[in-house]
Amino acid sequence: MSLMREKLENSNDVVFTAEFPSIDGAGMAKVEKNAARLAPWFVGVNATDNPAAHAHASNTTTAIAMKMHGIEPIMQIVCRDKNRLAIQADMMGAALHGIENISLLTGDDVTAGDEPESRRVFDLDSTQAINIARIMTTGQYLSGRKINPAPDFYISAVENPAAPPFDYRIERALKKYRAGAKYLQLQICYHPDRLEKFCAGVAKIAPDLKLIPTIVLVKSAKPMSFMNEKVPGIDIPQETLNRVSAAADQAEEAYKLTVELAKHAMTLPAVRGLHVTDFRHDDSLDRFMYDLGQKPRN
Amino acid sequence: MLKKLLPFIEHAIKKPVWDCRMCGQCVLHSTGMTCPMTCPKTLRNGPCGGVRENGNCEVIPEMQCVWLKAYDRKVFLPLPTVWKEHFNELRPPVDMQLQGSSSWINLVTKRDQETPAGWSTIDGHH
Repeated sequence: MSLMREKLENSNDVVFTAEFPSIDGAGMAKVEKNAARLAPWFVGVNATDNPAAHAHASNTTTAIAMKMHGIEPIMQIVCRDKNRLAIQADMMGAALHGIENISLLTGDDVTAGDEPESRRVFDLDSTQAINIARIMTTGQYLSGRKINPAPDFYISAVENPAAPPFDYRIERALKKYRAGAKYLQLQICYHPDRLEKFCAGVAKIAPDLKLIPTIVLVKSAKPMSFMNEKVPGIDIPQETLNRVSAAADQAEEAYKLTVELAKHAMTLPAVRGLHVTDFRHDDSLDRFMYDLGQKPRN
Repeated sequence: MLKKLLPFIEHAIKKPVWDCRMCGQCVLHSTGMTCPMTCPKTLRNGPCGGVRENGNCEVIPEMQCVWLKAYDRKVFLPLPTVWKEHFNELRPPVDMQLQGSSSWINLVTKRDQETPAGWSTIDGHH
C-alpha cells in the first residue's frame, strides 16, 4: 500500500507533499541530492510531467529514480502531450515499477512553455483520465481488455480554488471525486477567503475527499509578481504584494506571510495536509516545517 | 444520401450560432448551450485551472473562458431542468471516429452513446 494512501485513509496525520525538481542532465547525483533534502519531511513527492509545458526527464523515469532513492513518488500525468493510449501506457508502466500514486491533470497549455509551436493533444480531459485510472484498477483498459492483476492505484487530481468560476470549482471537485480521485492538491492560492469557501464547499458535498492546499516559499516580492502576471490562474492581491515589496527585509516578510497562509489553510475543513513548493532553495524549508510543528521523519 | 447531406446542413446551422466543430457527438444541451469543443483544450468536463482573474482563457487571453460562459448560461438561461441536471455528468472521451459526421444521425441511431467496453462498465458516479 502506498504511504500516501495509508496516511490519508488510515490515519489522521497531517500529510506534507512537495514537488520534485525537474531533471535536465546532472544525472542521478542531482536526484540523490534532492531526495536527501525532501525525504525528512514529505510523505509523497510529485514527479511532474513536463511542467509549465517545458520538456524534462519524463514523469515515469523521474518517479522510478525517486523511488530508487527512497522517495515515494506521486506520478503526475498531464493530458497536453499524450493521447489515451500513451496515458494508459504511462499508468501501466508506473504499476510495473510499483508506483501507485497517480495524479491526473489537464496540464498548462503549450503556449506556457518554450515550444509553443507544439501540437496540443488533449485527447482526454483530466476527469476522463481519472475515470480511466479507476477503470484500470478494476482490471481492464479503457477498451475492456483485461489487466491481470489489476494495478492498485491511489488516484488523485488537482484543482484551482482561486480561479473563476468559483462556485463551479466545488462541483468540479465533486466530479473528480466521483470519477475516482481520493484527494486533490490545490493550486497556489493567495486569497485565504477563496480557499476557505472552496474547502467548506467541498467538505459539505464530498466529505471523503481530502484537500492538500499549496504553499510557496519565496524570497522576495519578485517571484510573487511573476506568478501574478505570468501564470494564468494565479492572482495575488495588490496589498499582499505591497506587504512584501515594502518590507525592509523582503525574505523575512515573505517567509512570515507563507507561515500565516499555511497555518490558516491547515485549519480549514477537508484539509489533510499541505503541498510545499520551495522557490527559495535555502535553509528555510526546515525552519518552515519546524514552525508548523513538524518533526523530521526517520 | 441523407448521411452525406445532413453533416452539411448541421454545420451550416450550428457553425454560425455555436462555432460547431462537428465532433459528431453533440453535448450542447448539457453544457449550457456552449460548445466545449471551442475550448482550446477541448475540455468536456469543466474548466482547467488556468482561467484568468478576469474570467478569460489561459490560451486566448482576449476570449472569455468557454466553461465560465457555459456555467453562467446554465445558471441564468431558462433551459429545461433535465438539461441543467446533465451539466455535471461525466462526459466520456471524444470518439474521434465520429469527427465530421452528423450528430443528429448519431443521436437517432444512438451511435453517440456508444463508449469503449471499459468505460461502459463504470458509470463515474460510484
